[in-house]
Amino acid sequence: MGKLVAMTGNTAAYTGAALCRPDLIAAYPITPQSSVVEGLAGMVYNGKLDASFVQVESEHSAMSVVQGAAAAGGRVFTATSAQGLALMYEPYFRMSTLRIPMVMALATREMTSPETIWSGQQDAMSVREAGWIQLFCESNQEILDMMLQAYRIAEDPRVQLPVNVCYDGFYSSHLIEGLDIPSQAEADAFLPAYAGKTYLDPGQPAALDPLTPGELMMHYRKNHLDAMKAAQEVIEEVDAKFAAQFGRSYGGLIEEYKTEDADIVIVTIGGMSGTGKDAVDAAREKGIRAGLIKLRFVRPFPAEKLAAALRGKKAFAVVDRSVSFGWSCGPMYMETRAAVVDADSYAHFSAIGGLGGADLSYGHMRSVIEKLDAIKNEPGAHDTLWLMND
Amino acid sequence: MKEIRLHGRGGQGVVKASHIVVKAAVSSGTHGQFIPFFGVERKGSPVFGFLRLSSEPIRRKTQVYEPDILIIFDDTLVKLPATYAGLKEGGTVIINSTKTIEALGVPAQAGQIAIVDASGISEKLFGRNMPNTSMLGALAKVTDLVSKDALFDEIAAAFGEANRTAAQAAYDSVVITKKEA
Repeated sequence: MGKLVAMTGNTAAYTGAALCRPDLIAAYPITPQSSVVEGLAGMVYNGKLDASFVQVESEHSAMSVVQGAAAAGGRVFTATSAQGLALMYEPYFRMSTLRIPMVMALATREMTSPETIWSGQQDAMSVREAGWIQLFCESNQEILDMMLQAYRIAEDPRVQLPVNVCYDGFYSSHLIEGLDIPSQAEADAFLPAYAGKTYLDPGQPAALDPLTPGELMMHYRKNHLDAMKAAQEVIEEVDAKFAAQFGRSYGGLIEEYKTEDADIVIVTIGGMSGTGKDAVDAAREKGIRAGLIKLRFVRPFPAEKLAAALRGKKAFAVVDRSVSFGWSCGPMYMETRAAVVDADSYAHFSAIGGLGGADLSYGHMRSVIEKLDAIKNEPGAHDTLWLMND
Repeated sequence: MKEIRLHGRGGQGVVKASHIVVKAAVSSGTHGQFIPFFGVERKGSPVFGFLRLSSEPIRRKTQVYEPDILIIFDDTLVKLPATYAGLKEGGTVIINSTKTIEALGVPAQAGQIAIVDASGISEKLFGRNMPNTSMLGALAKVTDLVSKDALFDEIAAAFGEANRTAAQAAYDSVVITKKEA
């Protein structure tokens, strides 16, 4: 590892994206991701990145432009947040269902209303049934590293799906810390030049994506689901390959922290995980056998690995930075319960915090562990814990 | 790990100063992290940020509630309850002011108070109130959390040699009062 360089999460994202040698970037700025695409625009303008940069008038156009370029065989990149993602939804869904690989950074942000521009994971969570692979990062190093890994996963012949690299708006996008920057040669050794399929070729005009009857549509959907399943194995392989070259392993689908002998486990996602690890260490100093599981991928959902990691524990809580409007809980709690088929042999609850830029503090993480410790011998669902300060 | 909270006003360079501290920490082989607090972005409105320095990797990504050090860029902010809130027993307050400790209402738990006329230094050198690099000069004097040379080199690299001069002027003129234990 070379000398560390201090950079923000957004700078890590565009530095990582540039190391992947995209052919084309199309983007529209939106808080808190703006500096990702501004950074890339600057690199293209200054001749530091040999790529086409297309300025568009909306996120809908951004996704449409990269879709066309990717269908013509290019490696493409864009970034967005919240309302931008909402505006992009129509071509966003088509990108995954066309089975065209690409990578998009998502600096996660709360959805309006009430009006907000701050952090939250509601944007990413609300598109988790749009067919993309979605991964969440904890540190700025992970953001950069996962750009390289994301293209490898997306472009794998067994996968052929677009990937969202998600990280917390502001709490990661604007957080500055030190990280190791691979050289271009190291990045090239890990991520070969793209040899994507060319679906669109002006020399041989053809229509892409004709009207498709339902019987055939179901085959497409089943294949898509099979690719998501295959992606689980590819994700683990790519993590191992990355670790072998760079010495950094993130655990693939999930990361387990001190779970081996744990009685109680908090399940986290994104930047809150580091705060959770500090709270686990403090609990252990008091003799509480706490552990943490970081969900690194939401799609595909690591159901088997998560269930195996929770097996034999007394209690778990899932901390969500978003809500499921239909379930009076957080979405990752709902999915964790579904993954753990015998959920009611555990004591468990949903914790919700950090919405709309609110802090998910060390005190909040400790309060989750305290509640877990208090209810660990009372199996079944317990009330949702709202991590609010009043 | 030491936790620092910075208070200033939009346009005073709180974020840029904090980035310089993290860069200096990282370039000298230790760990630094800064998270800005984003409110309504307007010139003059109160802003704050959260800075951590540590010999170990920093994992938590949260705001700072019980700072070891407070760096206050504008002494009119001491009237806001949030400014001194949570200062650790024996903690340090660095403040840009020409007022007395009593007039500034520094809380009793402060163990070390550093007063520097960062605005005065800035006005003299640059003809405007841009106190951030002077505040870093004062920080270098009151703490060894980050190497002075690394910090001053980062200041010069980011803003030019005149700002190194400003930081040195603050380093030389800051008045430190230590409370008897």
